[in-house]
Amino acid sequence: MRTFGSLLVRGLIVGLFAGLLAGTFAYVTGEPHIDSAIAIEEAAGTAHTHDANGKAVPAEAEEEPLVSRDGQRFGLFLATSLYGVALGGIFAVGFALLRRRLRTPSDSYAALGLAAAGYVGIVLVPFLKYPPNPPAVGDPETITKRTVTYLLTIVIGLLAVWAGVAASRWSARFGSEPWIRLVAGAAAFVVTVVAAYLILPTISEVPGSFPATLLWEFRLASLGTQTTLWLLLGLGYAAAIDRRTAKAEPEVVVA
Amino acid sequence: MSASTPARSVAVPAASPRLLALALLTVGLLLTLAYLVAFDQGGLSQSGMYLHELMHDGRHLLGVPCH
Repeated sequence: MRTFGSLLVRGLIVGLFAGLLAGTFAYVTGEPHIDSAIAIEEAAGTAHTHDANGKAVPAEAEEEPLVSRDGQRFGLFLATSLYGVALGGIFAVGFALLRRRLRTPSDSYAALGLAAAGYVGIVLVPFLKYPPNPPAVGDPETITKRTVTYLLTIVIGLLAVWAGVAASRWSARFGSEPWIRLVAGAAAFVVTVVAAYLILPTISEVPGSFPATLLWEFRLASLGTQTTLWLLLGLGYAAAIDRRTAKAEPEVVVA
Repeated sequence: MSASTPARSVAVPAASPRLLALALLTVGLLLTLAYLVAFDQGGLSQSGMYLHELMHDGRHLLGVPCH
C-alpha cells in the first residue's frame, strides 16, 4: 500500500513534467497563432493592456507593456507547469479517494481510466461548448459571465461522466452483455451533456473579420496542449505508482 | 462494490476522517494554485496584473476564457 503522501507527491511531480511538456507543445503549436492574433489586434488599433486596477485600457504605441512578449513566452511554461502541478495533485487525491470504487485490480488501468474521465469532463465537454479563443477576440465586459459558464461546463462534464459510469453499472442488472452497459453509459453521458449545452447561454464574440483559419488553428493548438497534459498525466501517474518501478518498496499485504 | 476488488491490489490507504481532511486541505490548496494561474486578475496575487499578464499565453492555450 502507498501512503497518501506518497500518492500525492507522485501526482505533483508527474503533473509538473506533464505541464512542462504541454508547455513545450503549446510553445511550438500555439505561440505563432497568438503572435498572429496580437498582430491583427494591433493593426485594428484595438490593442489593450491592463492598468494597475486590472481595467483594460487602450495601449499607446509607445507605452511599455507590463510584461514583454518574451516574458509571456516564458510565462507560458510557468503557467502550464503550475497548472500541471495543481492538476496532478488533485488527480492524485482523486485517485486515493476513488481507487477502491474503480473495478479493476490494476492500479495502472485505474489511473488511466481516471485520467480519461478527467479529460472528457474537464477538457472535452467545456471545449465543445465554449471553445477557447486567442487573445484579441474576447469582450472584456463579459469575462465574468464567460468564466462562470466555463466553470459550470467543467462541473457538468464531471457530473456527466459520473452519470455515464453510474448508468452503466446500474444497467448491468438487465443483462451481462457488454453492449447493454456501453449503451446505457453513453446514453446517460450524452443526455446530460446535450441538456446542459441547450440550457447554457451561447457566447459568440469572435468578430466576423477574424481569420477563420487562425481561429481554428489556435483552438486545435489549445486542445492539443490540454490533451498532452492529460495524456502525460495519466500515463505518467500509471507508471509512477507501478510497483515494478518501485523496487525499494516491499510488498505490503493489506488485510 | 469494494468486494469485487481484491484487497491486496488496492494501492491506497483506507478511508478515514483524517485522510478525508488531508484530501480536502490538499485540494483546497491546489485549487488556489490553479485559480492563480487560470483566473486571477491581481486580486489574489496582489501583484497588480503582473502575474496575469505573465501567464497570459498559457491561460489562453489552456482553454480558459480571457479577454
